[in-house]
Amino acid sequence: MSAVVTIVDPEAKRRSRALGMTFIAMGLIIYVFFVRSSSPGQLATFGLNPGRQTAATPIPNVTLPVLASLYAMALVAVALGVVQLVRGFGRAQDLVLGLVAGLLVLGFLTWAARDQSLNLIGILETAVQRATPIALAALSGILCERSGIVNIAIEGMMLTAAMVSALVGSLAGSMWVGLLAAVLSSGALGALLAVLSIRYKVNQIISGTAINILATGGTSFISAKFLTQYQHLNNPGKFSNWPVPVLSRIPILGPVFFENNLIVYLLFGLLIVLHVMLYHTRWGLRTRAVGEHPRAADTLGIDVFRMRYINVLLGGMVAGLGGVFLVLGSVPRFDELMTSGKGFIGLAAMIFGKWDPFGAFGASLIFGFTDTFQAKMQILRVPIPSQFMRMAPYLITMIVLAGVVGRAEAPAAEGQVYEKQ
Amino acid sequence: MAPILQLEGITKVFPGVIANDHIDLSLHQGEILALLGENGAGKSTLMNILYGLYAPTSGRISINGQEVVISGPQDAIRQGVGMVHQHFMLVPPLTVTENVMLGDELVHRGIFLDRRRAAARVREISEAYGLAVNPEAIIRTLPVGVQQRVEIIKVLYRSADILILDEPTAVLTPQEVLDLFVIIRRLVAGGKSVIFISHKLNEVMELADRVVVLRRGRKVGETTPAETTEEALATMMVGRSVSLSVDKSPARPQESVLEVSGLDVLDDRHQLAVKNVSFEVHQGEIVGLAGVQGNGQTELVEALTGMRPSISGTVRIDGHDVTNASPRQIIEHDVAYVPEDRQQDGLVLDFAVSDNLILNTYYRPPFARGIGLQRDVIDASARQLVQDFDVRTPGIDTAVGNLSGGNQQKVIVAREFNRPIQLLIASQPTRGLDVGSIEYIHSRIIAQRDGGAGVLLISSELDEVMQLADRILVMFRGELMADLPADEAGRDQLGLLMAGVSNAQAQPQPEEVSGS
Amino acid sequence: MSRSPHNRDERLQALLMPLLAIVTALILGGLLIIVSDLQVIAAFTRIPRQVAVPFTNPETEISLEEALWRHPNEVVIGDAVEVKGKQLRVVGDVRDATTQIGLDEARALYPELGPGVTIHFTFFQKPAVGLRAAWRAVRVAYVALFEGSIGNPRQMAQALAAWLRGDPSLLNRAFYPLSESLVTSTPYILTGLAVALGFRAGMFNIGAEGQYFVGGLTSVFVGYSLKGLPLWVHLPLTLLAGIVGGGLWGSIPGWLKAKTGGHEVINTIMMNYIAFALSDWLLNGPMMRPGGFRPISPEIEVSARLPRFFGGDIRFHAGFFLALVMALLVYWLLFKTTIGFELRTVGANPSAARYAGISLTRSMVLAMFLSGGLAGLAGANDITGLIYYMPNAFSAGYGFDSIALALLGRSHPLGVVLAALLFGTLRAGATRMQSVAQIPIDIISILQAMIIIFIAAPEIIRAIYRIKQRRAQEQPPEADIVEGVQA
Repeated sequence: MSAVVTIVDPEAKRRSRALGMTFIAMGLIIYVFFVRSSSPGQLATFGLNPGRQTAATPIPNVTLPVLASLYAMALVAVALGVVQLVRGFGRAQDLVLGLVAGLLVLGFLTWAARDQSLNLIGILETAVQRATPIALAALSGILCERSGIVNIAIEGMMLTAAMVSALVGSLAGSMWVGLLAAVLSSGALGALLAVLSIRYKVNQIISGTAINILATGGTSFISAKFLTQYQHLNNPGKFSNWPVPVLSRIPILGPVFFENNLIVYLLFGLLIVLHVMLYHTRWGLRTRAVGEHPRAADTLGIDVFRMRYINVLLGGMVAGLGGVFLVLGSVPRFDELMTSGKGFIGLAAMIFGKWDPFGAFGASLIFGFTDTFQAKMQILRVPIPSQFMRMAPYLITMIVLAGVVGRAEAPAAEGQVYEKQ
Repeated sequence: MAPILQLEGITKVFPGVIANDHIDLSLHQGEILALLGENGAGKSTLMNILYGLYAPTSGRISINGQEVVISGPQDAIRQGVGMVHQHFMLVPPLTVTENVMLGDELVHRGIFLDRRRAAARVREISEAYGLAVNPEAIIRTLPVGVQQRVEIIKVLYRSADILILDEPTAVLTPQEVLDLFVIIRRLVAGGKSVIFISHKLNEVMELADRVVVLRRGRKVGETTPAETTEEALATMMVGRSVSLSVDKSPARPQESVLEVSGLDVLDDRHQLAVKNVSFEVHQGEIVGLAGVQGNGQTELVEALTGMRPSISGTVRIDGHDVTNASPRQIIEHDVAYVPEDRQQDGLVLDFAVSDNLILNTYYRPPFARGIGLQRDVIDASARQLVQDFDVRTPGIDTAVGNLSGGNQQKVIVAREFNRPIQLLIASQPTRGLDVGSIEYIHSRIIAQRDGGAGVLLISSELDEVMQLADRILVMFRGELMADLPADEAGRDQLGLLMAGVSNAQAQPQPEEVSGS
Repeated sequence: MSRSPHNRDERLQALLMPLLAIVTALILGGLLIIVSDLQVIAAFTRIPRQVAVPFTNPETEISLEEALWRHPNEVVIGDAVEVKGKQLRVVGDVRDATTQIGLDEARALYPELGPGVTIHFTFFQKPAVGLRAAWRAVRVAYVALFEGSIGNPRQMAQALAAWLRGDPSLLNRAFYPLSESLVTSTPYILTGLAVALGFRAGMFNIGAEGQYFVGGLTSVFVGYSLKGLPLWVHLPLTLLAGIVGGGLWGSIPGWLKAKTGGHEVINTIMMNYIAFALSDWLLNGPMMRPGGFRPISPEIEVSARLPRFFGGDIRFHAGFFLALVMALLVYWLLFKTTIGFELRTVGANPSAARYAGISLTRSMVLAMFLSGGLAGLAGANDITGLIYYMPNAFSAGYGFDSIALALLGRSHPLGVVLAALLFGTLRAGATRMQSVAQIPIDIISILQAMIIIFIAAPEIIRAIYRIKQRRAQEQPPEADIVEGVQA
C-alpha cells in the first residue's frame, strides 16, 4: 500500500509570498505617504468616549506623537512582511493581513488627525451602523452563493423589504408586524429568484436583474402612488437602542457594539448562527457540497434543488432584514431608491470576506468605516478628495477578485444551472 | 446459491437510441463480475439504471430475490448498492470525512456534525480493507488514486454489499491499478460483491470471476476468464475479428517536420507532467504515441499546439522554432489538429456546420477579404466539404450540435484536412465512434500520410496505435519509455512499457501485466 | 440548402414569444393599474376608509373615493351628491388634511358606516359598476400612454392637413410626443447594443451605467474645453471621446477577466460605483462650472452639439440616426467580419476559440471596449444632443434596462433597435400617463421586469397560452452516444 501522500499546492506558496510583499508595501505606504509629510512634534488626539450619555465607563483620550507612531507602524508592517516571506504565518496569514490593514488604517488616521483631535468612538459607532445593512446583504449573498445560486438581486430585496416595513409598519401601527411583513416580502422575492433560476433554468444574473428592476419599479410605484401622498402611511417608528447589560459598560467596545438596536443584534446573532450552521451542521455540509459539486451531492441522495430553494429563500429573508434596518433601524421612513447600492456593496463584502460569515462581517466593517470616514475627511482637512475614499471598497474588491492579495475563490458550481440526470 | 442481484430484460430507450436492449445479468455474493464493452456499448447506462440515476424503459431488478424499484440513488443506497463513478463524485474543498459522511451524516445533539465519530468510522473502514486514507485530508490535495479510495470508503460507509466500479482504472497509473486490484480482492474476501466495468481486456482477464460482454446495447456473451482468451473476448466486444488490418502501404519517411527536444511541461497542478521528452516526426510517417490516459500525453499535445507553455526544451516545426508559440502561429505552419475532446475544443456546437468548417481559417483568403467574411465562398466550400467527407447533415446551416458524434468528428476532419498540411496531430481521433466512422477516419489519416504529411497519433487504445502507426512512442509518467518501429513492437512489450517497465525486451513478462 | 421544417417553426416562435411577452406584461400592468386605483377599489367594494383614506371636510366637499363608495355608480368630480340631506361637491383628491376625523367621529357623522374595517365586496351584486370603473381606469391610462408616446392620431392628421395647406403651426404640438419617444429611444438603442454585443462575445456587461457616465464625462470635457473648432471637426471628436472613455472603462473588466478570471459581472458593478464617485469628484472639482456652486460641468460649445431638425421644443436630434447607423455597424461587425466571427466564437465556446488560434485576451478586451464604447456613446449622445452639460445625476438606470433590451432583442441589432423603440416610447408616454391618470412612471420598470422574466423563462408564457413545444430530449450519457444504435 502506498503511504498517505499530500500534495503541496505551489499556488499557495506563491500567494503567501505575494502576501509578504503586500505587508512590506503597506509599511512603505505608511512611510512614503504619511511619515514624510508629517513633522516632528505633531500630536494626534483620539477621543475614546462617545459624545453622548452612555453606560460605558469613561476612559482617558489618547494622544499620540504622530511621527514616532507612524515610524513604529511602518516598521511593524515591514517586519511582519519579512517574517511572512521568510517563515510564513501559515493559517494565521489572513489574520495578519487584517492586522497590517488595520495598521495602515490607523496610520492614515494618525496622519489625518495630526495637530487635531478625532473622536474615534464616534466614527466607529457610525461605522457599525453603516456596516449593518452591508453585512446583512453579504450574509444573504453567502447563503445563496454557498448553495450555488448567484444573487445579484439583494439590492432589490432590501429595497422591497424597506418599503414594506414602512408601509405595513405604519398601517398596522406595529414595527414588529412591519418587520415580519418585510422579511416575508423579500423572502418572496428570494422564492421568485429560486423558481426562475432552478425551475425555469434562467441565467441567474438575468433573473437577479429582473428582480432588481421589478423591485425598483414596484417600490417607487407604491411610494409615488401612496407613501408620498399619505404621509401617515410612511411613519412606522423606529427601534430604539437597547444597551446590553454589562457588555455595554466596556469602554470602546461597549458603545460601539453593545448599544445598538434590535436589527444590529439580530445581525450579531445571525453571524454566529450562520457560522455554526455552515461549518458544523448537516445543513451546512450539504449546502457547501451542493454549491461546490451538486452532482456529487445528488448521487448521495441529497435533493440539490430543495437545498437551493431553502437557501435562496433564507437569503432573501436575510437581505430583507438589511432593508428593514434602513427604515426601522435608522431613518424611520421609506425613500425611493434608498438602498443606493448597499446590496451590491454587500456582494463586494462577501467576496472580500471569502464567502465566510465573519470574513464578510469584517469586510463590511471596513466598508462601513471608509464610508463614515470619507464624510469626516473634509472636516479634518485631509488633502484627498473624499470621493476617492468612497471608491476604496470597490477598488479593494476588484483587487481581491483579481487574486493579487489572497485569491477569493467562489463556490465552484456558482451560477451554473443544475440539470438532474 | 441465489444471486444477490438479478437484472431481467432491462431496456432503456433514449429518443432515437436504444442504449440497453433486454439485458439480463446476475451477480452472486463474493463475486467479481466484469462488464466489458467498448465505449458506447451501454455499460454506463445499465449501471446508472441500477444506481437509480435513470429509470429503465422496461425490465426488472431483484436484490436478494426481492423485486425492487430503484428510483433514485437514495433507493440504491438503501438496497445496499454503491457506485464508484468514473468521474469522481467528490467535493474538492471538503475533507475526506466530510465527503464520506455527506448525505448520511453522523450528528450529535440532533444537528451538529459528529466529525470525530465519522472520522473514526472512516479509519475503521480504511484499516479493514487496507485503504490507507487520512480522514482529515482535504480532497483537493490528494492524488487521484487516493481519491478513488475515498470513493470506495464512501460506498462502504453506507454498508453497501454490491459495489459498482465504473471504469476505475481509466485514470490510474499501473501501480495504482495493482493497488486497486488488491483492494477489490479484499472486498470480495470480506463478503462484498463487485461489478467491474471496463473496456480493458487484460484487466478483466486478471481480475474477474465472470465476464459479461455488451455490444451496442445488447448482451452478446457471458463467460469466465478460464474458459476464454483475450482474443475471443475482443471478438465478442467488437463484433468481428480484431485483427482488422488497416490497408496501408509501408511508410516512406522523408525529412523531419516535427522535432521535439528536452521538453518539460507542467500540468494544471503545477506538477511536472512531461519530463525531458524528445522525438521526431518525419514527413510520410505516422508516429503513434501510446500510453495509459493521464501519463502526460494531454499536456504534451497541448504544449505542441500552443495551448500550454513549456518550461524548458524546444519544439521545431519544419525547422522553425515554435516553442511556446501561439496556437495561431503554429496553425500557420500548416499544422492540423484533431483535439481530444471534440465537443469541448474542436467545435462550436451552436454554430452552423459551415461556420465550424472555417473555425481556424476564417481570417484567410478566400474566406475573408480584409476583415470582411466572404459568405458565398464559405458556403460553397462548406457544401463541397460536406460532400467530399460524407458528413450526414440536413444542411450546412444546421447547428453542429444536432449532428451525431461521428459526423461531428467528420466536420473536424474535413476542416483540418482541407488545407495543405505538413503535420497532423490527432488526439484520440476515434474515441466513442462506431466502427464505420473509425474506419473512415483511419483511412483519411493514412491518406494524409501518403500525401506527405507527418502524423502524430495519440491514442490510449493500443490497438489503434498498433494498426495505424509506423513508429510507436510509449509514454509513462511524463517520460518517453521507448521509440520503436511498429512492426518490431509486440503487444505485450508495449503493455509493459506502458506500465513503466523499460527494459521490457530483456525481462520475462511479470504475471500481473501480461494478459494473453 | 434545405432548412428543416422545425427551423421555420422555431423562427415563428422566436417572433411570437416576444410579442406575447409584451402583451402579457401590458395585461398584468393593466391589472396593477386597476388594483392600485382607489376609485376602482371603491367601486368594487364598500370600505369604511377611516384608516387608509382621510375624510374630506364633510361640510362642503367629499372625496371622490368616498362619493363612489356612497353612490356606487359612476360619479364624476364636481358632481353634487347628497349626504344626510346635505348637498356636497365631489373632489378628486383630499385637500384639507387638517379636517381628518377619527373613527368615532366618523361613526357619529355617518351612522351607516357600521363597525370596524370590514370590506364589503359589492362585485357580485353590481359587477358592471366595478368593471366599468376598472375599464375606465385602464383605458384612460393606456390612451394617455399612447398619446404621450406616439401622439393623438386625430391631432396629428389635422396638423398634417394644415401643414399641407401651408400652416405649419400645429405640427410642433402634434408631433412633440413622437419626437420625445425617439429622443428617449436613442440612448436605449446604444446601451442595448452595448449589452447585446457583450452577450454575443460571452461577456456579461452589467456596467453600461458606469460606461455611460464616463462616456458623458469624456465627451463633455472635449465639448467644452476645445474652442473655435468647426462643427464637422468638433462634434465627431466629442462623440469619439465618449466612445473612447466608455470603451476604456469597459475594457478594464474585460482585461481582468482574461488575465485573472475575475468575473466581469462583479467587476462591472464595482466599476459603476467607481465611475459615480469619479464623476462626483470631477464635477465638484476639476470640471466644475466656473463661478457656480452646483456640481455641473460647463456647457459644451455650440460646435459640439448634435444638430436638431425642427424648431421650438422639438428635441429630436441627429443622435437617433447615429444610433441607427451604429446598429447597422454592429450588425455588420458581428456577422459579416472576421472580428465578429472571433467575438462570437469566443462567446459560444471559448475553449474551441483558443484551439482555433483566437486570442481570448484580445477578444475579451475588444468586446468589452466595443461594448463600453457603445454605452459611452450613449452618454455622449445625451450630452451633445440633449442637455449640453454634465450634471451629477446623469443617468436614468440604463445599466439594468439595457440588459432587458438585449434580452428582448435576442442580442440581435435589429431586435435591439425594435426593443429600444418600444421601451423609449413606453418611457416617454409614461410621463403623460402620470399627469393624466396619476399612474407613477415607475410602472414602466415593472412592465420591463415582467418582459425580461417572460422572455428569459418562455415556459411561463407557453403555460399561459398553452403553446406546445417539442419536448426537450433526454440524452444518454456521453459515453454511450453511438450512432450505430439509432433506433
